[in-house]
Amino acid sequence: MLEKIKFYQTGSNTVGNRLLNPSMRAIQASVDRPNGLTSGHRACQGCGEALGARYAIDAAMRATGGQIMVVNATGCLEVFSTPYPESAWRLPWMHSLFGNAAAVGSGLAAAAQIRAQKAGETSVPRVIAQGGDGGTTDIGMGCLSGMFDRNDDVLYICYDNQAYMNTGVQRSSATPPSARTATTMPIGEKPGADWGKGKDVPLIAMAHGIPYVATATVADLRDLEAKVTKAMSFHGARYIQILVPCPLGWGLASNVTVTAARLAIETGFYPIFEAEYGKVTSVRKIRQKQPVTNFLKIQRRYAHLLKKNADPNTVARLQAMCDQNIRDFGLLEGTDPVAVPAAIQAYERAETI
Amino acid sequence: MLKKSFAVTLDPATSLENHTGSWRTNRPVNVFKLPPCNKQCPAGENIQQWLYYAAEGDYETAWRLLTEENPLPACMGRVCYHTCEGKCNRGFLDESVGINSVERFLGDYALEHKLAFKRPTRDTGKKVLIIGAGPAGLSAAYHLRRFGHTVHIVEQAKEAGGMMRYGIPVYRLPRNVLDAEIKRITDMGVTIETGRKIEDIEGEKKKGGYDAVILGLGATISSNVDIPRGDTNHILNALKVLGQIETTGDIKVARRVAVYGGGNTAVDVARSLRRFGAEPIIVYRRNRDKMRASAEEMDAALAEGVQVKWLSTITGAEKDKLKIEKMALDANGYPQPTGEFEELPADAVVLALGQNVDTAAIDKVQGLKFEKDALVVDETTLETTVKGIFAAGDCATRDRTVTHAIGMGKNAARAVNAYLKGSVYKKMPKHEDAKFEDMHPWYYSDAPKTVRPELEVARRTSTFDEVQHGLTEENAIFEARRCLSCGNCMECDNCYGVCPDNAIVKLGPGKGYEFNYDYCKGCGVCAQECPCGHIKMVPEKI
Repeated sequence: MLEKIKFYQTGSNTVGNRLLNPSMRAIQASVDRPNGLTSGHRACQGCGEALGARYAIDAAMRATGGQIMVVNATGCLEVFSTPYPESAWRLPWMHSLFGNAAAVGSGLAAAAQIRAQKAGETSVPRVIAQGGDGGTTDIGMGCLSGMFDRNDDVLYICYDNQAYMNTGVQRSSATPPSARTATTMPIGEKPGADWGKGKDVPLIAMAHGIPYVATATVADLRDLEAKVTKAMSFHGARYIQILVPCPLGWGLASNVTVTAARLAIETGFYPIFEAEYGKVTSVRKIRQKQPVTNFLKIQRRYAHLLKKNADPNTVARLQAMCDQNIRDFGLLEGTDPVAVPAAIQAYERAETI
Repeated sequence: MLKKSFAVTLDPATSLENHTGSWRTNRPVNVFKLPPCNKQCPAGENIQQWLYYAAEGDYETAWRLLTEENPLPACMGRVCYHTCEGKCNRGFLDESVGINSVERFLGDYALEHKLAFKRPTRDTGKKVLIIGAGPAGLSAAYHLRRFGHTVHIVEQAKEAGGMMRYGIPVYRLPRNVLDAEIKRITDMGVTIETGRKIEDIEGEKKKGGYDAVILGLGATISSNVDIPRGDTNHILNALKVLGQIETTGDIKVARRVAVYGGGNTAVDVARSLRRFGAEPIIVYRRNRDKMRASAEEMDAALAEGVQVKWLSTITGAEKDKLKIEKMALDANGYPQPTGEFEELPADAVVLALGQNVDTAAIDKVQGLKFEKDALVVDETTLETTVKGIFAAGDCATRDRTVTHAIGMGKNAARAVNAYLKGSVYKKMPKHEDAKFEDMHPWYYSDAPKTVRPELEVARRTSTFDEVQHGLTEENAIFEARRCLSCGNCMECDNCYGVCPDNAIVKLGPGKGYEFNYDYCKGCGVCAQECPCGHIKMVPEKI
């Protein structure tokens, strides 16, 4: 009887809950979770990427009964998890180059298929290729598009922290406008990253018509786990992009990683959705809508926007950008996404010209 | 290294060699904060704790925890004015948790399942006399008995219960509930002698060989006020009216009765008379905002057809009418006469202006100090100015509610226990307050309070059936689960889930979590994301 009753102590917003049937709790709530990425790694305090990687890989391990291999692009995740002679991974893991994780993943998937065939086994180990936004949206773009093109049986996960954090916070094509990085300093008339640059990889992935594309953040664990689990139920090329706040690169206090990701969702700054075969199929609605300034003000990479002498139009434009996301993806309860959402960069470019 | 197969360079999970705990400058620690409900409860109940078990459906454990502080939950679940709910942090989100209704559910559950208190495992051989079997006396007796002392209560009325029996009307507290909860205390070995008034406290103590005495005399005399009156008008006092209803089950006052006063007793009298077909009108010298009576009780009275005359004092009474002077509130909220008079048709007046302590026995004890209508007692130990004589309840405070009396009874019992052991009772230091600001409201979802069903208004004017009904199990558990668990862990697994370094160890159901300081880098995400403010970051000693 107890299980049938809804309870409102923390609803389903927490990781687990002692009152819930264990099967209804998040994977991360279980005592024997896989811990694919274990302790002792050298990520900074409060690293969102370490958190996101464990969430995603654990969910994939549960979904496949541990039959999984990981290919990692160069980047923070690779560097902090495997400084020689130590590795924080507890599953088969390999690293080749910065830009070829998708290609190596394709090869690995093909090899796994053939090995299984030769051995007469019916179960084939699955492959995940993963990298940061630099290795995905910039350097690995060609390999990634090729993997999508061939519809290879690989799940590609991009941990998006919106810049090259490992090498000292340089701009990537996932860096949002006006954000401070080492290469887009807050100086001059238009401080921070340029408006009208960048690309929207989830929409690019959708344009390939691949079976499954999704975005997620470390702030909504159940959503993330459900998406990874769902992705593993498809064969063919799949793409998940997870927003992982970076305390160092974003200028966050180390304890607000999850909070920052939550604000990215609740402001409409980062639309969370899933798409199958090129069409948006579900959207994570905003629960408590907030102005974009709440997201900006906790990050030093935007500090120049909130100074006394700053141009108020910039914040207004960022707000307009969020509003555009909210409209396009139908992020508010009771609204629907448009059939083909436009990349948010389209809004930026339309503005600059 | 050389033993590894081709291209394999690193073994899995070898990072465990790297103890990243050395990076830490702040460390997370678990803190236990004092929830506002617990802080507010005059009986000192650990509300959050028993709600925790009620939420799991473990009603017996919940009831056992509740009764560690308060032996009368079924009564309190009915008559307590639940000021705890006014302080509940959930009030900032939607509505406060219906603590009182869950308490009643637990009390009724225990009665239904015949749960009994455990008898003490050993007797200390010390004897304690308690004078008065009201809530303070009963509570003190229960707690002393738990300590293993022999307790004897002497009560002047015919039956035990004090104001719970002779003050609170049946429609608020059915007597079978009261009797059952008193019986549970006597079943522990407490003896109650009724119908005897003790005139000589010290003589009684000496004669019975008691090691200590607790006075729970109550405030049993209605306050009086001199109203110039004609011969034929009835002027009665509230306690007499309520007492008569209790003992004879009937009263005939008049049709139009003015009840003079603005406290809970005035409302009790008015609502009781309404049930005998009278048309009571409460006359009060201030307005509703300043009224001392509980808002819920007042709402119920108005719904039942009780009328009120605000800002009025009775200056004279004649055969079938009263002379009323209109009052106006001054800047400090005190009523001032305006010099304007009017008439109010009424056949009788019931005075409900407060109660006083019967000092007959007190006066005879050498050195027993009595000031401002209460015994002078030590704030911590509740010991009176005479060694070995303690006091609790209405006779020792101006905060005259049942809940307060129960809390004082417990306090006195603990002090007496210490006294009997030759030490002095000291209150335990409290945890720091759990404020709403310490919580993470994001994680709680909205859920409005469950309203208890009530007896239809039409029937309330003719019967003394209980007005407020209890919650069903489903509703009670819903209410219990609305608790935010302020400042104390509720095992939501959030800290365990959000640690980027897997540095929190989940110990299993009911055991909570442990920090693994070998790997904890001190980022503070766990503290930030804890819904109930149970984790605090403290600087590392370097």
